[in-house]
Amino acid sequence: MKSVILVSRRGFLKATFSAGALILCARYFPGKALDALAAAERWYPGVYLGIEPDGTVIIVAHRSEMGTGIRTALPMVAADELEADWQRVKVEQAVGDMKYGDQNTDGSKSIRDFYDALRQAGATARLMLERAAAATWGVPVAECRARNHQVVHKGGRMLDFGELVSQAAKEPLPGKEELHLKTPAEFRYIGKGVPIVDLAEICTGKAVYGIDVKLPGMVYASIERSPVIGGKLKAHDDQEARKVKGVLRTVVIEAAKPPYAFQALGGVAVVAGSSWAAMEGRRKLKVTWEPGENADYDSDAYRTLLFKTAREPQKIIRAKGDVDAEFAKGGTTHEAEYYVPLLAHATMEPPAAVAEYKNGKVTAWAATQNPQGVQDAVAKALKMDKKDVICHVTLLGGGFGRKSKPDYVVEAAILSQKAGKPVQVTWTREDDIRFDYYNSVAGMYFKAATGAGGKPTAWLQRSVFPPISSLFKVDAVYGDPGHLAQGWVDVPFDIPNLRAENGPAKAHVRIGWLRSVANIYHAFGVQSFIDELAFAAKRDPVEYFLDVLGRPRTIDFKSEGADNPNYGKPFDLYPWDTGRLRRVVEVVAEKSGWAKRKPEKGSALGFAAHRSFLTYVAAVVDVRIDDHGRISIPRMDVAVDAGRVVHPERVQSQFEGAAVFGVSIALMGEITAAHGRIQQSNFDDYPVARLGEAPKETNVYIVPSDGLPAGVGEPGVPPIAPAICNALFAITGKRIRQLPIKNTKLA
Amino acid sequence: MKKIAFRVNGITRSFAGNPDLPLLWYLRDELHLTGTKFGCGHGLCGACTVHIDGEAARSCLTPMKSVAGRKIVTIEGLGAQGGDHPLQKAWKELNVPQCGYCQSGQLMQAAALLAKNPQPTDQDIDETMQGNICRCGTYRRIRQGIKLAAGVKS
Repeated sequence: MKSVILVSRRGFLKATFSAGALILCARYFPGKALDALAAAERWYPGVYLGIEPDGTVIIVAHRSEMGTGIRTALPMVAADELEADWQRVKVEQAVGDMKYGDQNTDGSKSIRDFYDALRQAGATARLMLERAAAATWGVPVAECRARNHQVVHKGGRMLDFGELVSQAAKEPLPGKEELHLKTPAEFRYIGKGVPIVDLAEICTGKAVYGIDVKLPGMVYASIERSPVIGGKLKAHDDQEARKVKGVLRTVVIEAAKPPYAFQALGGVAVVAGSSWAAMEGRRKLKVTWEPGENADYDSDAYRTLLFKTAREPQKIIRAKGDVDAEFAKGGTTHEAEYYVPLLAHATMEPPAAVAEYKNGKVTAWAATQNPQGVQDAVAKALKMDKKDVICHVTLLGGGFGRKSKPDYVVEAAILSQKAGKPVQVTWTREDDIRFDYYNSVAGMYFKAATGAGGKPTAWLQRSVFPPISSLFKVDAVYGDPGHLAQGWVDVPFDIPNLRAENGPAKAHVRIGWLRSVANIYHAFGVQSFIDELAFAAKRDPVEYFLDVLGRPRTIDFKSEGADNPNYGKPFDLYPWDTGRLRRVVEVVAEKSGWAKRKPEKGSALGFAAHRSFLTYVAAVVDVRIDDHGRISIPRMDVAVDAGRVVHPERVQSQFEGAAVFGVSIALMGEITAAHGRIQQSNFDDYPVARLGEAPKETNVYIVPSDGLPAGVGEPGVPPIAPAICNALFAITGKRIRQLPIKNTKLA
Repeated sequence: MKKIAFRVNGITRSFAGNPDLPLLWYLRDELHLTGTKFGCGHGLCGACTVHIDGEAARSCLTPMKSVAGRKIVTIEGLGAQGGDHPLQKAWKELNVPQCGYCQSGQLMQAAALLAKNPQPTDQDIDETMQGNICRCGTYRRIRQGIKLAAGVKS
């Protein structure tokens, strides 16, 4: 049994904030509060929460806030089990520390992985408070119940949590089996929700993001990098740059060596007394580069190569029945190829971090999804111990997977070591678009044989894309099992002969995770092709989809030779349940009025459904095209089964946002390269959906579920692009097989 | 450059530095008014929107030399008592923000619209807000928020 840890306030503050952090510190703790805090002792019954003698409950948010609401939702779970009054809860953001468990806020897994842990943290403290009250009163603990920040005795006596802190700290830590978790009927906040803790500060401009951190003596850096990944610095002249007022010096950061992982890319940094001087100085640099091995990368030629690979037999990753024998019968077959380009994250806050190297240690303040990843990457770059890297996590101005890669924090740490001062690195938008970890470009080939009722009797699918594992292994060319299980090997259709394959593709840029990752292209291919088959069969796409999906069942992909990591969760707890997919399809069809709407001139509904991150989603999108070929989306309907939902309002907002994210991918998202250089640079040539392109109305239907919590940040994205293209086909008869739609003339 | 004077959130300020310095970086790096955000540097995203003499302006494209004698209001100065502008109230009521990064600019753009056009139509809103990107996709609630603040039916 672990002993209870008492941490003095002074010790806590010292451990959490270095002396250099005063400005930031003062923002979180006003001066007077700081003194008062230092005087008293806080009781910690575990790593996730503590209680002040005044009763204030401090709950640690160990996951990063990038807009999902997780900084509110997980603490709320603990507060609920604790029977805390939310008004007396203060949320503190954790630094990177393994003691909290995984902190990499990606994979839509914060609630999935920590719902139980935070419930237990709350229930543990609640039980100890109840026992403390029982001891204080000399009554059986069974007669004491925590209720809204007090422990109440059946006789009517009550003590505030704060009054019980010193006694509770003496209680032995209860074992898991002693805890009484609440029943759903007893939930105070879970399933209901509270406003996000940062709401007022966001609305008044006081919220602190990575780009907003100011430290005393801090300087600013802007970095010129090789336009081709893997390029080397040939020569540079910083004479003019150093003449810019405010510029202090230039620093050469050594070029990263493949595999690039989370290394600083390298380049020439201009360090200055202000952001603007650093950027101005950078513009005056004269730099020449040795372009290196990716200098011939051209995205048009690469697409041709992907399709060439996709047309030939490749590595089989799932097979059932005999697809070839069925094709050889000479019946009706259908073929199609699909393409999704490289995509950039384009978070509104570009990558930004501050690092201070001092006495052999680094303290960083970063908009990061992954503070432990920051510790690892900085320690590796500066050849120091991970424990000597402290990473504070600010709010993130968008993440979408970009900010789980800490390369920009490594840049700040390297520069601080060289400059001897705290350094802020802020990427320009051009840096962000040109040097992103892009979502993979993918080419896919499909072939189906159809029989009675146009139903597929055989289905072959091949995908070819440069894998994310190329970041960590230079010669990686095949998809990782985890990404192949994102809507590819786990195609749920009930088809007797089915084969999934994956072909090799070499990466020429940094490939990384983007909101919903491989599901983006896999869902686009699968959901478009099934729609093509429905139209070929002259059947209603929803009715056809459900028919091909088959009877409600769970699918065991292993028996068909498929490796299905299932988003890191055991299959028995999170099976692939076609009944749940069917349910969301039925809900969205009903709510959207699918059956009643027929295509009319310039207008139609489109449909797609997809399971990702263990969540089942179906979407119906109402698309219109005017005489000039301009697309608008008056309405979108999305049905979701994400298991138990902790914060319905934030879940709804995630799906509203995912719909817009999907519209960007469908209509306009495209990164291209010529001579190894990325051709886009800002929101003019890498546009994202604005108010006018976004769905005017998005209705989210959360299907009530007692299932285990699944995920909500990403699963809303994959069905959107195919649903839009399916609607466009219904309107125009043109099948869009290559994204983005803007490259196809529609009128 | 000759010293210029102007007001930021009601406080008189003076500046004698680089005349081409964008107002955005003056606000952020010199006054530490970091609510005004950097998003693109080219007036393409609206994250840096402030009011100059009551008009919405992109501070990333506004050189300091152009602000002499002007009245600048940033998100920190919106609402008479910090944060009580009807739009800020509406934003909170509808839980508009997700990551929140673009919302300063959205609020300033919307506030300039309502100051001129207290009862905007959907088309007015669409046209005015088209320049402000929200990558989280909070557009539907932004439109609702403007209508709620204006007291027009959604």
